[in-house]
Amino acid sequence: MKAGHRKERIDRGIKVRADEIFAISSYREILYLMGPRLLAIMGLLLFPLFRDVTGAYWQTVGFIACIIALLALSWNFLFSVGLVSLGQAFFFGVGAYFTGYFNHFLGLGPLFSIPLATVCGAVLCTIVIFPVLRLRGIYFALITFALPLFLMRIIEATGYLGGTEGISGLQRLPGLTFSVYVSVVVVLAVTFIYLRFFDTDYGLVLRAIHDNDMSVLAGGLSVQWYKAQAVFIAALPATFAGALMTHHYRIVGMPAFAMEYSILPLTAAVVGGTGTFAGGVLGAFILVPFSEMLRAFGTLRIVMYSALLLLFVVGLPEGIYRFAQRKYFQFERIVPLEEEKQ
Amino acid sequence: MLLESMLVFGLVNSAILMLMSFGFSLTFGLSGVANFAHGGIYLLAGYLAFFLLRTLGLPYLLAVIITVIVTALLGAAIYRLVVIRVRGIALNEVIATFAIGISILELFRWLGFITYEFSLPCIVDGRLTLFQTTLDYQRILIIVVAFLMAVFLWALTHKTRIGLALLGMAQNEYTALSVGIDSDWAATYSFALGGAFAAIAALMILPLGIININIGYEVLLIALAVTVLGGLESTKGLILGCIILGYAQVITSTLIAPHWKEAVYLAAILIVLAVKPSGLLGKFKELEERV
Amino acid sequence: MNKKELLKVTGLCKNFGGVKAVDNVSFTLYEGESIGVIGPNGSGKSTLINLITGFLKPDSGTVLYKGKNITGIAPYKAVNIGIARSFQMVRPFYNMEAYKNLIVPLYSPRVKKQLKGGSYGDRDEVAIQLLEDVGFERESQIPYKMTGSLPHGYLKRLELARVLSLEPDLVVLDELFSGMSMSEVASTVPILERILKEGRNMIMIEHRIRELFRIVNKIICLNFGKKIAEGTPVEVMQMKEVKEAYLGSEADSIA
Repeated sequence: MKAGHRKERIDRGIKVRADEIFAISSYREILYLMGPRLLAIMGLLLFPLFRDVTGAYWQTVGFIACIIALLALSWNFLFSVGLVSLGQAFFFGVGAYFTGYFNHFLGLGPLFSIPLATVCGAVLCTIVIFPVLRLRGIYFALITFALPLFLMRIIEATGYLGGTEGISGLQRLPGLTFSVYVSVVVVLAVTFIYLRFFDTDYGLVLRAIHDNDMSVLAGGLSVQWYKAQAVFIAALPATFAGALMTHHYRIVGMPAFAMEYSILPLTAAVVGGTGTFAGGVLGAFILVPFSEMLRAFGTLRIVMYSALLLLFVVGLPEGIYRFAQRKYFQFERIVPLEEEKQ
Repeated sequence: MLLESMLVFGLVNSAILMLMSFGFSLTFGLSGVANFAHGGIYLLAGYLAFFLLRTLGLPYLLAVIITVIVTALLGAAIYRLVVIRVRGIALNEVIATFAIGISILELFRWLGFITYEFSLPCIVDGRLTLFQTTLDYQRILIIVVAFLMAVFLWALTHKTRIGLALLGMAQNEYTALSVGIDSDWAATYSFALGGAFAAIAALMILPLGIININIGYEVLLIALAVTVLGGLESTKGLILGCIILGYAQVITSTLIAPHWKEAVYLAAILIVLAVKPSGLLGKFKELEERV
Repeated sequence: MNKKELLKVTGLCKNFGGVKAVDNVSFTLYEGESIGVIGPNGSGKSTLINLITGFLKPDSGTVLYKGKNITGIAPYKAVNIGIARSFQMVRPFYNMEAYKNLIVPLYSPRVKKQLKGGSYGDRDEVAIQLLEDVGFERESQIPYKMTGSLPHGYLKRLELARVLSLEPDLVVLDELFSGMSMSEVASTVPILERILKEGRNMIMIEHRIRELFRIVNKIICLNFGKKIAEGTPVEVMQMKEVKEAYLGSEADSIA
């Protein structure tokens, strides 16, 4: 930028005062507003139909991207309540093991084992995490980081739930296209529901906890109890992701608690923009294909995710989504400073 | 005698836990930043010492000094280059240091440091038999060093100028700023000290076995478990937490089975958090008490 | 006269690392009364309030509210039995519109039952009404502005609105007037008088003696955590200990 100049940002005419209010006066403007959203939704819904074009490999990549997107959505929900999770693998793994247990030991079909595992897993996660919710600060991060690693060790050491072998030979899902469709629809539904949810008064209370928990207490609401509800709601898509993935690959084992399921959603959420649900999904759909292309690098990929994570936390904390949104809705121009005009 | 060996090895185990967690606890206590890169620094110190000793063939003392200085500089660099930019936003501090730690650990994994050839030499070989328990010198040394570090920590925070400055910082950053303590430099020192402590711990403990990537995660986990157990901001609590966990592990692994050792951490953390969330001696106030 | 005890505090103590912030304080608040708490800075006024409203747990002593022991009660439970407090340092939700701040207390179990409606239903209407009551201009944009962009006087009144939204029986105000301009104080005093007329009780910490004496009918004076005086405003002002401890020369000018 030239000296004596500043960058001026002006909202486009369509965007009025507040973030959610738009003044629409023509179809063109409606298209301008809806275009990106429709494009994304249609793209996701049509993607599984193009199996012949993309090939089964990229369909699988899309499926994994959806799984990570679900974990990122869950992460963003927790973040909106002021909780930072370093171990999405915990939720994922609990859901995965529950469905494995239900299917293998109780003989329930995927139609029952997946929803049941989703709910039971979320309940279990909430109960385990409940005591920590009384505290603020980094405790939640500490405990979510520690839990998946400990659980992995315990399963390895004691040999429970299949031990190092895992539980294999689970009932299969109808096919790849089916799995992809289910995951795409759930991602879209969860994104939509979460967005709507935070507009309700109940969602407002949860957001208020992130803002100032003392005032929530002084407002007559139990912060711990509301945080617990938030953890439960946030755990649902994550445990579902675990359950779906388990049935898709017909095996559940210790890798369900692997670091990858913690660091990938975290990076996706931070790259996309913390606190924005669409951002997390966007981040997942950028990161997962990217990481597939870099498969040859092996574990170096985790280093790359971390580097990316660091880069965004320090360099662009608002994330890609907010950045793009700003560029889309604002003009920017360089104008000379007032003093120089005189 | 079973009881006697349990007593002795419980003490050794407690000292090991103490060494592993001092660096993390020190940085957190003095700067308020949870350094999730602690495990990474610890492992880096191990491999660096290995490189200096085995590959370059430097004398032991020189290698130790270089390792400690390098990790201290690394700690300081982590603060000056990264953490300083996200300071004050606790959540971003956690994410940033976490990312650094993971990148160090996974970088080593990628570079192929996963074979069984990596190990550090003991400072003094040989063993000692007390009554019926045989103990090698390295383990005795660990107890001594852990004790010395605890004394050093106490002296640093209570006797020296910089220690007092750091302590003042931890208690109230704004007040400390207003009486002329540069909070950024104080935090840099605390990160450097944390790094140096991690290196000393690595040099003392790693000779007991081989160096392996997962140790990095384990050290961080142990540091977290112990600090949560004892209370995040209390050194006495930390020592108490180490002793409890150290003995609990030895008792479960001798009386039940070695693989239950891991479950002890988890159970301890969950029980303490359920009963007294601020830790055994934690001064960290509960949410309700914060006004 | 047969007065009913609303709040009875006996022998309340709280130490902070060896310093006695509140030292053996006892007092009784009868229904229909209002108490003002005065004392020099650091004399334990805010701590006393935190002890009563459950934000701190006392080391010893009891708090009885309507005959029930509520010592060390969880703060949100205290609110739901009718004790609502304001903070000395304002604690609004900065990332929301001003009126949305009141949705949170309106969502509490105490008020929730009385109100229905979701996103654009009753709660928003009630919130805006409450803001108007404390002096937010209804027709202006101010209630819809982001809380972070409001001036401090508005934030103080937002605190008051939050307290009022909880329909409390006992209103506890911690230095409400500090940081308000003279005109803001002047317009807030009638609101407080109206609250008292509605049959609510009040405990007020205040440094603005003149306004305080207009509102309350009983004064407690603290110094170094100890209660050094209790009585009607006129009585307390004439006590030698009070003058020495706190009021100094200002007392003469008011008397």
